[in-house]
Amino acid sequence: MTAILPPAERLWWKHPLDRVEGTWIAIAFVWCLVMFFMMVWWHAYGRQNLSTETYKTTPQLFSEKAQRMVDQYTVRTETDLQTPVVAPPAGSDVYLIARLWSFWPILELEKDKSYRLHLTSMDYNHGFSLQPANINIQIVPGYEHVITVTPNQTGTYSVVCNEYCGIGHHMMVGRIYVK
Amino acid sequence: MSNATTYRTCPRSGLQFESQAEKLMIANAVAAVVFLLIGGILAIGVVLTRWPSIHWLEADTFYQVLTAHGIDMLIFWIIFFEIAVLYFCSSTLLRCRIATPKLAWTAFALMVIGAVVNNVAVYQGGSSVMMTSYVPMMAAPSFYLGLILFAVGALIACFVFLGTLVIAKREKTYQGSVPLVTFGAITACIIAVFTITSGAIILVPTYLLSLGVIDSVDPLIYRTIWWAFGHSSQQINVAAHISIWYAVAAIAFGAKPMSERVSRGAFLLYILFLQLASAHHLLADPGMSTAWKVVNTSYFMYFAVLASMIHGLTIPGAMEVAQRAKGYNNGLFEWLRKAPWGNPVFSGVFISIIGFGFLGGISGVMMGTEQLNMIIHNTIYVPGHFHATVGGRHDPVVHGADVLPDSGAVPPRDDQSDAGPLAALPVRPVDVLLLPGDDGCRHAWCVTPALGHGVQRQRAGLRMAGCGLPDDGARRHRRHRRDCRWCDLHLHHRWLDPVGQAPRYGRPEQRDHADPADCTDLGRADLWLDGVCCAGHVRAGHGVPGVLHPLLLHQLEIPLHLWGLLSPEDRSGTS
Repeated sequence: MTAILPPAERLWWKHPLDRVEGTWIAIAFVWCLVMFFMMVWWHAYGRQNLSTETYKTTPQLFSEKAQRMVDQYTVRTETDLQTPVVAPPAGSDVYLIARLWSFWPILELEKDKSYRLHLTSMDYNHGFSLQPANINIQIVPGYEHVITVTPNQTGTYSVVCNEYCGIGHHMMVGRIYVK
Repeated sequence: MSNATTYRTCPRSGLQFESQAEKLMIANAVAAVVFLLIGGILAIGVVLTRWPSIHWLEADTFYQVLTAHGIDMLIFWIIFFEIAVLYFCSSTLLRCRIATPKLAWTAFALMVIGAVVNNVAVYQGGSSVMMTSYVPMMAAPSFYLGLILFAVGALIACFVFLGTLVIAKREKTYQGSVPLVTFGAITACIIAVFTITSGAIILVPTYLLSLGVIDSVDPLIYRTIWWAFGHSSQQINVAAHISIWYAVAAIAFGAKPMSERVSRGAFLLYILFLQLASAHHLLADPGMSTAWKVVNTSYFMYFAVLASMIHGLTIPGAMEVAQRAKGYNNGLFEWLRKAPWGNPVFSGVFISIIGFGFLGGISGVMMGTEQLNMIIHNTIYVPGHFHATVGGRHDPVVHGADVLPDSGAVPPRDDQSDAGPLAALPVRPVDVLLLPGDDGCRHAWCVTPALGHGVQRQRAGLRMAGCGLPDDGARRHRRHRRDCRWCDLHLHHRWLDPVGQAPRYGRPEQRDHADPADCTDLGRADLWLDGVCCAGHVRAGHGVPGVLHPLLLHQLEIPLHLWGLLSPEDRSGTS
């Protein structure tokens, strides 16, 4: 009868459903269906889905590709570390390395142009958190994640690491310019 | 292998505790609270560092403190407490001895050793890897070893729980199905076995990696399996927590589940689908297909959400039904206003329903949406979510402390000279043995050894000489409208305690009917005894406004006041 005693009816699964309960379950079930179909619908028609294009990679392979891009498209260097600022052509493959504890290089993109952004980590897990746009993507070592990005606002964006990656985690900040 | 089993009955709750099981519950619950305390102290370091104007700790110390805070709170505290709950829901609720107490102590020792080893590894400084400890970031081997020892201990404890269920079944300590609360605990246990096994599957290779035995563990596989441990350990808590809510609804309100079928069905949905919540940690990861994300975090997960929605109705619903049966029928919410807010058992649960169920649950379901996850993943929203859930569950400690055994129990004084209220029972009053309580509460207990098996429902029009049973919450601090503790009238009599002691409920200067028989008929109690399963096993309901507190389990416990307050007619008996 009470919840701390065995049920009074031996056949508790035949216990009748209260009307209120039945209604509530129906409402909840319908709402679950709505949420489920929204997720599928949004995936098909929304424009806010994470790409699933992923390749296995190694730090050597990825840094070679990134270095090639940097050698080709660097327009200037910034910061004390002489970090290259890279302005790759629209539609090209853009490589962003996350490593202890920086993002390399700085990217300069054009508004309303699409780029294929390749993300990976050289060492630990890192996080790609684009601020203040607030887009958050996990960066996992050994996996190259390819995301198509189309900046729709100009400005200076920060890339903040939001996955704990050791003692310098809180200083790991990168930059993306959108012109 | 066990010693002779001895039982004691808690005079406050009427629950029956087996001595070994009781010691194990206390040990596990105390260990849980100790880790809560350690985690809480560490939290000071976290907060004072994140507070920009103070920024107390250096980075290395901060990350060390944060690692220990996370593990102590999210793993050690929770699982120690869950083990105590499992023992309570098996041994105490099913009134049987605990299976293999020595093994249970071994499990406890392993858990304590594991937790200490892990904590020491963190404090030594080489293991500031956060609770998640994602490879390839490595901690000291003892960090993983501690977690593994702890997990093995917890796994053994789960099997002790399952063994206890077998004993109860074999020794026929209950009839029919297990109580709903135990059913929920079984759900928690099944999820725990899944969780701990996942932990072992991924932490053992990581331990070997830290020793240099193997070369690598794939970071993405680590994340996938680790979360089946890391998040599911929180799901153990969801199931255990909801079981406790049902228990408290029963203990504080005498509420019964609206429908056993619905509540148990919801627990079954938990077993099937709840662990899939761990998939939402990977929504922002590379390498997971859209189909995988949709199937796990949406299609399957919403069955578990549906179950939570059901519990979200049935638990407050059961409380409402019980309150309305006591006469709190005015308006939509009188039943809630008149709930025993002063009773920490209830108010703790209420805080928990708001924090854990409402804030934590809803924020969690939102995170599980693929598109929303992109703006939430690894942001401050996430600590917001799990502090609502983990903070919201502070209450198991509060009401757990109430439900769990209180030491210093004194056996009830044997005083049967007065037939007391039972004289008024039209139903075979001689069958009922009345014992007054032991302490200042002056509870009276009635046990009904001679009510035979198979009694479906007997209603006793128990006239309680006009006195309602006071609960110690809503009617305790009466500030307005009523003067009399027992009824709705304004009075000018001074309350005189019949036994010459200060009344426990209410203030000595409170004005009450000197003779409660003068009270209005609020004070008439309808008492039901029903569903007698075995000798001494009575369920009781009552039609009195207020709470029969604490509501008995196998004995009917009348908090009383009533004891000395029967009118002469009633004392003389009507049978």
